[in-house]
Order: sequence, then structure tokens, then C-alpha cells
Amino acid sequence: MLKIRIIPVILYKNHGLVKGVSFQSWRRIGTAVPAIKVYESRQVDELIFLDIAATPEKRMVDYMEIDRLADECSMPLTVGGGVKTTDDFYRLLRAGADKISVNTGILENPGLIDDASGLYGTQCVVASIDFKRRANGSCEVYSGCGTHPTGKDPVAWAKEVAERGAGEILLTSIDRDGTMAGYETDLIRQVAESVPVPVIASGGAGSYEHMRQAISNGKADALAAASIFHFTEQTPVEAKRYLAAQGFNIRM
Amino acid sequence: MSVLIIDHNLCNIDSIVRAVEKCGGAPVVSATPQALEKAERLILPGVGNFTEAMTVLHTTGWARAITDAVSRNKIPLLGICLGMQLLATRGEEGGDTAGLDLIPGKVLKLAPADTKLRIPHVGWNEVVQRCADPIFNDVDNRKDFYFVHSYHFVPSDPETILSTTPYGLDLVSSIRKGNIYGMQFHPEKSMKAGAQLLRNFLA
Repeated sequence: MLKIRIIPVILYKNHGLVKGVSFQSWRRIGTAVPAIKVYESRQVDELIFLDIAATPEKRMVDYMEIDRLADECSMPLTVGGGVKTTDDFYRLLRAGADKISVNTGILENPGLIDDASGLYGTQCVVASIDFKRRANGSCEVYSGCGTHPTGKDPVAWAKEVAERGAGEILLTSIDRDGTMAGYETDLIRQVAESVPVPVIASGGAGSYEHMRQAISNGKADALAAASIFHFTEQTPVEAKRYLAAQGFNIRM
Repeated sequence: MSVLIIDHNLCNIDSIVRAVEKCGGAPVVSATPQALEKAERLILPGVGNFTEAMTVLHTTGWARAITDAVSRNKIPLLGICLGMQLLATRGEEGGDTAGLDLIPGKVLKLAPADTKLRIPHVGWNEVVQRCADPIFNDVDNRKDFYFVHSYHFVPSDPETILSTTPYGLDLVSSIRKGNIYGMQFHPEKSMKAGAQLLRNFLA
């Protein structure tokens, strides 16, 4: 059986590892290489590495830096930050990324998904979708690292990116990000039931029970998490033990 | 052990280079077949599109060079992911296209009957060993390996199947015909168990 994946997320800004709340109030919490080494030694399922300053600073994630970090990784590595063109895909793949996460780049130019998946295969295109819940209860997609409302409905956008050739969807609730209050299970489920590709739930994990809910109720295929691993004693290994004990297929 | 990694410009070569180094091999990356003479092992990696990759292999001269190296000089070859699929007779990704035809079979889109199963098949899944082969030395049966693909190899001769992996159907996750091996999963991304498979290939 295919296993549910637990994926630590490393957010990177100005050469440091950071974590915020709802995409703001970024706290510097260390440097990237030691964090990657810890996850490597714990044999985590995958890693996601996002340069959150890249899009606001109108540049691409530093691929020389990725080259250096990828040397430390023997697990699958997804990289994102300011990716706009198929050349950016090429450079990051050559630098050692296995999959490329794109967010603002595909909102500005949805055809990038078709072009990149045609050249490098659907499996390396991870469509990242950040969303907020409006006062009326509906959800809206944001670009520019949570700064620009796009008017798009996350479910409709998820369907479009999958049809265009994205191989996975990284779905992040901006409201829940860093709060450790639990995943946005309802929207995760709506997206997971609307697309044929795997959905990675992101934003809000504060306990192993939250992870269980995102799988059972949200139908997520993988769980991304950051704060829970940075700011609490909880670890990816224990999360997997907990979920395995609940009867889920987990790689131990 | 000189390991020639075929660079067809459509994949992440770095992780394979690192994995080969860690397993004690001396990797050489080459975009052209000139470096082939000294190679003791060949690795054909690849993510991406079957038709695009075959076009590159033909344009660069690799298609013929690989066939010569494995058929005439009996150099062991390992195809990884798309690299395994390129060993087939034909592939349907990007339109019906002839492959290297080193292991008879077809490459088809994954279409599990259970529509709840996601495509692409992404993540860790078990490799069920179907025969005793030295490539599995010190690797537990049903060990999880990392997969990321939407197409799969359907060999004409069941004798070439080394392992299968359950995903709606028993998809063929590794194959062998003589000195030619293919792995649908990524040993270079499968940490300890993956490194052991690579060591066995280099042994």
C-alpha cells in the first residue's frame, strides 16, 4: 500500500530558517543545513524547502544554495520560491530538487504548468495554493506569499492546475499557518475530492490528532508541518507511530 | 568502479551522482557517448517525458551507444524511473514512440480500476520481491521505496519481472534481463534501502 507521507517544511528567508504565523511575524529559528541534517538522520519521508522572500524580492530561490542543501538530502526534496519560467525549473532540477513548487508564478501564467509538465513530467510540478477564508465563509486563493487576493476559488483553481498537468497540490491555509490550531479540514476534503492528483495538507498542525483529522476527514494524501516540529517536542517519527497505531499506512 | 551516468538533460542528475559516490562508485556524467569506453556500469536516469527523452537519446547518439554497450560489451545497465521505461519496446507518453527495446514490453499510463487512487503514484510503497536476485541482497522483502510516476512498464515476458508493487494493480517495480536492470522507484531517493540496491548493482 502507498503510505501517508509526513513532510516537514523548511521556510527560508535571508539565509535563515524562519517560521511565522499566518504568513507574518517571521521568527528566525536557525539555519537550514543543521535542520536538514536532523531530518536526514531521522529518515523523514520527504522535505519541502520554500524561499518565502523570493517572490516579494522579485527573484528566484538561490539555486546555488539549493545545490548545497541538496547534498545533505537523500530523501525527496521539493523546492519553491519565485519560480516563473521553465528555465527556473531546469536550474532547480539540475541543482538537486526532485520536485518544484510553484505558486505566484502559475497564478500569473497558468500555462507554465502545461509547459513545465510537458518538458519535465507532471510528477515534478507541485502546484502550491495558499488560501484564506472570507468573513462569509467562502475561501479565496492568495498570491505573493499571502499578500494579494486573487478572487479565485481554491477548488476551481485546484481542478485547473491538475488538468494543466500539476502532479501534486500543496494546499496551505494562511489563516491556520503557524497557529497550531489544526488543519482546514473542510477545504482540504473539498479539494481532495475534486482532483485526481495527491493533495498535501498544510497549515495548522499542532498535534498528531490534527494529522489524523486531516487524513480521516480531509482525505489528504500527505501532511506538511513546520511549527509543530520546530516549537514543540513532537517529532515526525512519533507522528508516524501515532498514525500507524490508528491503523493508517505509514512508512516506519 | 567507474559508473557512467547518462545525462539526457531531463532529470536531476545530482542526486544520482551523490548516491553513487556514497555507495563507493566513481560517477562520470556525460551528455555524449564518448566517455563510454572506460565505463564499468551504466545508469540511465530520468524524470520527464518518454518521447522527449527518446528524441534526446537519438540526437546525441546515446540510443545506439547504449544498445552496443549492453549487447556487445555486456556492460551492466540500470534504468531508473523514466530510464527503466525507456528500456521498453514502445511507450505511449507523448504519443506512441519506439523505446530502446532492450527489454520487450510496453509503457502504459497508470489506470487503476479504483478511481480513488491518485495519479501520479507519489510516495513510499512496498517492493514485493518476485524472485531471488543478487540485486536484493540485504534488502528486506516488502521494503518501502520512493515512487513518483504516472506511467508503468508492462513487460511481455513475465520472467523479466523482479518485483511488483501494489497500487490498484501489481505494477512492475523492477525488471531484469541479463545485464540490464530497471527500477521504477528511485533508489537514489530511498535512503538506506535504496543505497543497498545501488551497492548491489555496483557489486
